Amino acid sequence: MSTLINHERIDTDVKEFPTKIELVDGYSNDLSNATFKLFNEDHTIGNSLRYIIMKNPNVEFCGYSIPHPSEPVVNLRIQMYSGLSSVDALYKGLGDLENLFEVIQNKYSDQYKQFKQ
Amino acid sequence: MTSNSIDQRRIVRLDKERTHNIHSTDFPGNYPGENLEWNLDSFKQACSIDINSVTNEDCEFDLIGVDPSIANALRRVMIAEVPAIAVENVFVFNNTSVMHDEVMAHRLGLVPILFDANRLEHFEKGDNPNDQNTIVFTLQVECKRKSNVAPGETNPDKLYENHKVYARHFSWVPQGAQESDPIFTQNPPRVAYPDILITKLRPGQALDLELHCVKGVGQDHAKFSPAATATYRLLPTVKLHKPIKSEHAELFRSCFADGVVDVREDENGNKQPYYVNPRKDTVSREVLRHAEFDGIVELGRIRDHFIFNVETTGSVQPVDMLPRSCAVMKNKIAAIRDGLNVIVHGKQDEEEEGQEGQDEDMQE
Repeated sequence: MSTLINHERIDTDVKEFPTKIELVDGYSNDLSNATFKLFNEDHTIGNSLRYIIMKNPNVEFCGYSIPHPSEPVVNLRIQMYSGLSSVDALYKGLGDLENLFEVIQNKYSDQYKQFKQ
Repeated sequence: MTSNSIDQRRIVRLDKERTHNIHSTDFPGNYPGENLEWNLDSFKQACSIDINSVTNEDCEFDLIGVDPSIANALRRVMIAEVPAIAVENVFVFNNTSVMHDEVMAHRLGLVPILFDANRLEHFEKGDNPNDQNTIVFTLQVECKRKSNVAPGETNPDKLYENHKVYARHFSWVPQGAQESDPIFTQNPPRVAYPDILITKLRPGQALDLELHCVKGVGQDHAKFSPAATATYRLLPTVKLHKPIKSEHAELFRSCFADGVVDVREDENGNKQPYYVNPRKDTVSREVLRHAEFDGIVELGRIRDHFIFNVETTGSVQPVDMLPRSCAVMKNKIAAIRDGLNVIVHGKQDEEEEGQEGQDEDMQE
């Protein structure tokens, strides 16, 4: 029955971008100051990543913006102290954020086991 | 009943007309001599979760010791990015009801389907439907006149058979390997609420529909969102600089919602209010309107104590919402890290890694 029909999905708001992340022009040569463009992301990752990167003492400034509300793009700006690499700070931020959610997940499952008893 | 023990930085203070101490300040460099760098061990110490209530429809839990950005990320993911299953394509073989095909298809899309979305693959644009990414239901209902009806009867329930089409009329049709797969056979896909009225029929009208359900996220269409509501609020606190006078005890109690404050009487007949349950506080700020309590009472909310309330449509169990949101966040982080690897190391490295993986497989 179903072989008769063409199943093309018509609509989707998720735009296709060639890359997930991009360096915006104007970064310093040593990458100590850089703006990253994150595609198909929003405040969910933008704000939590901003928070965790700001917890890094080598980071002088971190902020994010969504340049246009109908474009799923986040601009993440990182400025480092003493010429350190903002890419390293982003890697560290991603790792720390991953650990954070891991901790929450584990605590929740432990609590749920207790709750069921 | 004071909360003096709570670190002042953890309190968002509520005044008559304004709020104070709103922003998080736990960043390195904000307080001289304090190390506020991210530290996993101290986070493990500070973070705690209490599950308060769980039912099939909703759950309430406290998430304590995290920044608002994290709590809000989890809330946003619950609403928009936890996958669920919903009717995506409706094939109409016959529809002689008064409801138009497209309206019918829209209504059918909103019926929550009970099946673990993790067991289904994503249906990407241009994919062909198969037993891994699609669940098929049929909806075949025909309305008929009942026999032996008393003359003059006007009640449709007595006159007609099948004149109301409910979600319970969905019948699952196993596709391919689904027929023998224990994931499907032990807990077959079904509607979460069988009593959802879809349309009404009259004698001679019939429906013959095939419904193809796929996995999706709320970002794409609200029908895929498992969250009916997902909200959080901060735990309220009250701080008293001086004890409340006995004659003002009842007034003090009446300033709060029922069950927040109670009054105790000691052997000398002195009345003393005490805090029973801060959770019930609506933070109406009524207490700040009375001159009697001027400069005595300080209202606030604990900045990092989030009381989450999550209701689901039934397509995902409410208790599973937080772990699934965490998993979604971890996937997003992994995707960004992969993208960053491409910038840093270039595309070739990725291909080499892929080849290494293949070699390992060959050795096995």
